Amino acid sequence: MYDSGKIITGLIIFVLLVTIPVWYNRGTASNVPEPELPKDVKTCVLPKAEITAKHMQLLNQWRDEVIRTGDRSTLEIEGKQYPKSLMLACMKCHTSKVKFCDKCHDYASVKPYCWDCHLAPVE
Amino acid sequence: MKYAFPLAAVIALVLIALIAVQIPGMQYLFGVVVPYLAMALFLGGFCYRVIHWAKSPVPFRIPTTCGQGYTMPWIKYDKLEAPVNTGQVVARMFLEIFLFRSLWRNTKATVYSGPKLTYESSKWLWLFGILFHYSFLVIIIRHMRLFLDPIPGIVSFIETGDSLLQIGAPVMYTTDVTIILAILFLFARRVFNPQVRYISLVNDYFPLFLIFGICTTGILMRFFIRTDVDINAIKQLAVGLVTFSPTIVADISSLFYVHLFLVCTLLAYFPFSKLMHMGGVFLSPTRNLANNSRMVRHINPWNPEIKPHSYAGYEDEFREDMVEQGIPVEKELPAQGE
Repeated sequence: MYDSGKIITGLIIFVLLVTIPVWYNRGTASNVPEPELPKDVKTCVLPKAEITAKHMQLLNQWRDEVIRTGDRSTLEIEGKQYPKSLMLACMKCHTSKVKFCDKCHDYASVKPYCWDCHLAPVE
Repeated sequence: MKYAFPLAAVIALVLIALIAVQIPGMQYLFGVVVPYLAMALFLGGFCYRVIHWAKSPVPFRIPTTCGQGYTMPWIKYDKLEAPVNTGQVVARMFLEIFLFRSLWRNTKATVYSGPKLTYESSKWLWLFGILFHYSFLVIIIRHMRLFLDPIPGIVSFIETGDSLLQIGAPVMYTTDVTIILAILFLFARRVFNPQVRYISLVNDYFPLFLIFGICTTGILMRFFIRTDVDINAIKQLAVGLVTFSPTIVADISSLFYVHLFLVCTLLAYFPFSKLMHMGGVFLSPTRNLANNSRMVRHINPWNPEIKPHSYAGYEDEFREDMVEQGIPVEKELPAQGE
């Protein structure tokens, strides 16, 4: 093998770069987040699987309807009226941003820009 | 039609993953076993290829020079195109690796009636090539959010930069758009440019289709078919894989397994394909050698060691035979014992 010093060094750097996750994570992997669900309310605007997967799309749609087209009509689900609002609908039951929203968002590094305009509840 | 076979191959890979994960128990194979195998093949194959290349001797300097070489100290020479020392070689390699400088010289040949041949600068390949590679790099760094816990600041920073346009929810990534555009250009170029079409092979089309499939499934999962794409379960699996304690906690969408299987195929295929230009660019003798063949003596590494053989030594070795044959010698045989 020629230039073995340079080539072995290069290969070691390459392997270390590729395996960053292996040595970075040593012993630090935390548990999967468990967002705190409201105790007294059992229903949401959508079934659990759907609201988990699509809540950001729903909020975006509400934002567009309310702010951009001025459509402030409420949603009626199982006889309950929900305003199309983050603060007045979602946060009514899920009162804590830290114990609910942030749990998953921090784990997966999601930084929604809700809080660019809305004031986060003081906790 | 050289693109028909690789297209069929990628579709087959998608179908294999899509159908196989419907069978209970197969999630473990596609989520854990296949990724480990693919990673082992990638790292092992990559090192094997590089060491294999390193074993080939480069007996003389073969840098491609395309500028004035060094002659006399008062004649200006091109330091990047005909580098004479390590510093200049490093500068040339740096620009090649980070800015794809040699593609900047790409030309398009056209024949007009006459016939008249013209060469025109064509920077599209450079533009879309660099878009593709940097988009891919940003996408890989972004994905580290699923493998690292806690997430380092640089990953969040790059992700924020990539989603800076804040279009839609979940926010659109700029690199998702640019990589798709770049792949489409790189494919269209192979189809519509007759010269490039002529030299394009199955192993040129296959990685293009494969990466297109990876990007498409990723974009679908993030923006369109979000059902069962449980990011927490996916992150738990990813972190589990890199800490060697993989667990699959929930039913994850089969689209995720298709995405993962295509990525594993890419990793496993990488060392055996033209994608090895990732390692190869560092080992190109036409780029990484200094143009100093007139300043430094380069000795062929496999030259046998030839010892000097003087006439006196020659005569010492063959004196008896020479005397016997009547050939004159400078030093006579020692006198015979009485």
